[in-house]
Amino acid sequence: MIFRRLRGRASVLGPPIVVGVAGLVLWEAVVRGFGIREFLLPRPTSILEEVVDNWPVLRHAIWETGWIAVSGLLIGIMAGVALAFLTTRFRTLEEGLTPLAVVVNATPIVALAPIFNAWFGITGTLSNQSVVIAVVFFPVFINTSRGLMAVHPDEIELMHSYAASKWTIFREVRVPNALPFFANSLRLVAPLSVIAAIVAEYFGGPQDRIGNVITSNVAFVRYDVAWAAIGVASALGLGLFAVALLVERVSMPWRAAMVEGEFTTTPGRE
Amino acid sequence: MSNPVLAEKAVVIDGVAKVFNEGGDSEVAALSGIDLTVEAGEFISLIGPSGCGKSTLLRLVGDLLAPTTGEVTVFGKSAHEARLDQDYGMVFQHSGLFDWRRVLANIELPLELRGWSRDERSARSAEMLGLVRLEDFGGHYPRQLSGGMQQRVSIARALSFQPKLLLMDEPFGALDEMTREHMQLELLRIWRETQTTVVFVTHSVPESAFLSNRVVVLSPRPGRIHSVVDVDLGDRSDDTRQDPAFFEKATEIREALRAVEGDG
Repeated sequence: MIFRRLRGRASVLGPPIVVGVAGLVLWEAVVRGFGIREFLLPRPTSILEEVVDNWPVLRHAIWETGWIAVSGLLIGIMAGVALAFLTTRFRTLEEGLTPLAVVVNATPIVALAPIFNAWFGITGTLSNQSVVIAVVFFPVFINTSRGLMAVHPDEIELMHSYAASKWTIFREVRVPNALPFFANSLRLVAPLSVIAAIVAEYFGGPQDRIGNVITSNVAFVRYDVAWAAIGVASALGLGLFAVALLVERVSMPWRAAMVEGEFTTTPGRE
Repeated sequence: MSNPVLAEKAVVIDGVAKVFNEGGDSEVAALSGIDLTVEAGEFISLIGPSGCGKSTLLRLVGDLLAPTTGEVTVFGKSAHEARLDQDYGMVFQHSGLFDWRRVLANIELPLELRGWSRDERSARSAEMLGLVRLEDFGGHYPRQLSGGMQQRVSIARALSFQPKLLLMDEPFGALDEMTREHMQLELLRIWRETQTTVVFVTHSVPESAFLSNRVVVLSPRPGRIHSVVDVDLGDRSDDTRQDPAFFEKATEIREALRAVEGDG
């Protein structure tokens, strides 16, 4: 069984790794073969060299930006879930807030970054954190509340037949039902938090964060260092995405059991 | 307030009518003038064309809906009191099992809500799993089971706390014919073993004849009781399905249904 599971994992991870490595090799070959100038598009190997050469700066920068992204991510998730819980409990709040949230969600929140800078100052982390929080909040809120509401009516009737209280129905039915919806939003917002933090940093602030490392190196025509910073930022985004997947797996063992299909028969639900 | 005269009756439906969206543009008279008594230990089926209000009637008995007029009494109590006392077990067409609970935990859910201890719960859920013959599947998640197995778990859950009244809304409607016939036999065995009272909604004539002591035929718009067919076929087995007496009863029910569909 363990063998099968390992083989299953290898068959899932194999193709993307092969494609990814092939892509990097192709990139390297194209830049070398066509003599593309390094400041337009550096080779992957020279980007890697720059990562190593500039490691102390990049490590510090990714630490700063990572803190902004992760703290904003966590606060945004907590706020989104908390408001989803409240709106499910109080219908009038839901009717007033959800359409508003959908509208606000459609506005480009990173565009608010300069305004947040004016509000919260550019020396601290609060301004950029606020951008991350605002970006993370809405997908989490909208998805989680949808999951809390999208319960099969039979399941509610069943709980009523047991004379279950609203709170019991919430705890036993709505919350577990919302978990897959929440997990989907988590996959979305985990890498998004890094993007939001970096874009916010483009609008100024301390020079020791990834966004500023990118802009200042571009300004000095040091594209290879800028690329190195982008590479490190991608790694952070990927890392957070991986954490989101892990949370999904651990919190929903029933889904993993279904995907692995160790004893799956025909699904009986229509 | 239990009424000693009514106490032997499982369900007494007295002059019940149900109107949806009363006074609104989309007002619908779903049920009208329903009088019906179900004896304790009886297996009764409600059958009729779609729109006849059979599911609505079941929900009125289970206090999931309130009647517009009239009264529903369950074991001498109002349907509302009976629901608060958790006298009902319910099984729907959609098995309504929770994906996130393993089979045993699904069966134990109503017991948890009643505050049973862990030991009591696991003893009972193991027993119920045996009753529906799924001993080897307690640790599975519902989606890992076939439709018929899921429906058996759903029945086990409904019976786990020994409800006085089992309400079933087309529980085998989504199953294939073979599984369905097998499940009908299983249900009759469980009904005999537990001596519970069953109100069963179906749209299948043979199913109603095979399972029930009495079949209530409803006519649509608004739903009324057209006729009640007594079915006395003794202990059922697979052979019953070839029994001339069974065909006779099925024909009687079918003719009643044709008559009501002709009206509508």
